[in-house]
Amino acid sequence: MKRSHEPVFWLLFGAGGMLSALVGPVLVFITGIAVPMGWLAPDALDHARVLAFARHPLGALAVWAVVSLFLFHGNHRVLHSLHDLGLHTGRVAQLACYGTATLGSVLAAVLLVSIRG
Amino acid sequence: MGGWWRRRSVHRRYMLREASALCITAYALLLLAGLVCLQRGEAAYAAWRALLGTPWSIGLHALALPLIAYHAITWFQVMPKTAPRLAVPPRWITLGGLALSALLSLALLVALWWVGR
Amino acid sequence: MSDTTPTRRITLEVQSYHPETDSAPHLQRWDVPFTDDMSLLQGLQHIKDHLDGSLSFRWSCRMAICGSCGFMVNGTPQLGCQVFLRDLAPGPVRVEPLAHFPVLRDLVVDQGSFLDKLEAVRPWLVPAHPQPLGAGPQRQTPQQMAQYQPYAQCINCLLCYAACPQVGLNPGFAGPAALALLHRWNADSRDVGWAARRDVANAEEGVWGCTLVGDCSTVCPKGVDPAHAINQNKVHSAADYLGLGRLLARRAPPP
Repeated sequence: MKRSHEPVFWLLFGAGGMLSALVGPVLVFITGIAVPMGWLAPDALDHARVLAFARHPLGALAVWAVVSLFLFHGNHRVLHSLHDLGLHTGRVAQLACYGTATLGSVLAAVLLVSIRG
Repeated sequence: MGGWWRRRSVHRRYMLREASALCITAYALLLLAGLVCLQRGEAAYAAWRALLGTPWSIGLHALALPLIAYHAITWFQVMPKTAPRLAVPPRWITLGGLALSALLSLALLVALWWVGR
Repeated sequence: MSDTTPTRRITLEVQSYHPETDSAPHLQRWDVPFTDDMSLLQGLQHIKDHLDGSLSFRWSCRMAICGSCGFMVNGTPQLGCQVFLRDLAPGPVRVEPLAHFPVLRDLVVDQGSFLDKLEAVRPWLVPAHPQPLGAGPQRQTPQQMAQYQPYAQCINCLLCYAACPQVGLNPGFAGPAALALLHRWNADSRDVGWAARRDVANAEEGVWGCTLVGDCSTVCPKGVDPAHAINQNKVHSAADYLGLGRLLARRAPPP
């Protein structure tokens, strides 16, 4: 039987799943509801603050981890859901899902480096 | 096998769990868009902020929040299945994970409130 | 002594299929008298004994140890000897052959694909050294036995295969019971067969065919928890993939 390369993507899926399980709900609440509604620190997301956060090595790492791992987690599950729905899209879907996650991760890294100014 | 998941509630719940991944990917792409805007400057970033402030965005986030919370809960429910037997009772792993998630969420909310006051 | 005169009746809708005459399976309705102590299996036996002698179904022990009498009961895989007509009343009860297997006749399915998968995982002890009878029994601590004992309870009833959507979507998937038994032997302290079984485990049709629906563990009548066995081995398979397989290989116990 051919060895599957699934372990690589499963480990990334697992890391993303753990991260999104720990901070996913609160992040969605903060950025998508609480701050826009003014319930919580309306200027917490203002340009200067977020730029400073993203320039800090730990802040950059946090942003990159969330973007990258969330993408790998979500896309891995989407890929398997396509299979569950009986859509046998094979290599094309794999490339689309993991390719998007990889491109997103690379783009995030490049952007975080370039804003260091 | 079409619609196989519609017949039993355990399978419907499984598909709901898998569907939560769409929100995780969507949120990551939203953050990535924010990162692009951040890199492009204040005006672009302000546009991203404005998008987050629209009723559509807040509404979608309000729909995504319970789905991502469902991901978090089901994640910690199944996590014991990857742990060796007898290491720790499965219930402890689940409750421990949920507790950690709650703790981190609270810490983040408090930190942002502190920063913004 | 309880009064065994049947006072209630229940309708069983049982799938019938005679390949020599039928083009497709169909449901047959039977009116079955029952007492509170009768299982669904006994209901089927009543049909065979008194109503239609041609009804075909597997059964043996009547006590959930042989694994023969698995059926879909109102869409859920169950052992006929473990579900009682009193709990299914007022009915009607739909009884169909186990899902995800070809039907040979009525409620009898072709288990051949499972037997092939079972053989592929080498479900036997692979000892480090030959154990002559004269050496006496191999000893284990209770902790060592606890590592594999639940997985050794599998009676090959195939309810888990009927419950698993991935088996339905991908007939090549090794499936819950075979992978649980793969783990049963890997987890046995007397066994050093990880290397012999790794190809099955590491394949797409091995542990990676599982998406942790978890229904297998829910329907298992013996508490085997195949979902746990499979997903623990995802960790092992990933470690093996990263070249950490040495950590998995059990050091041979002293001869």
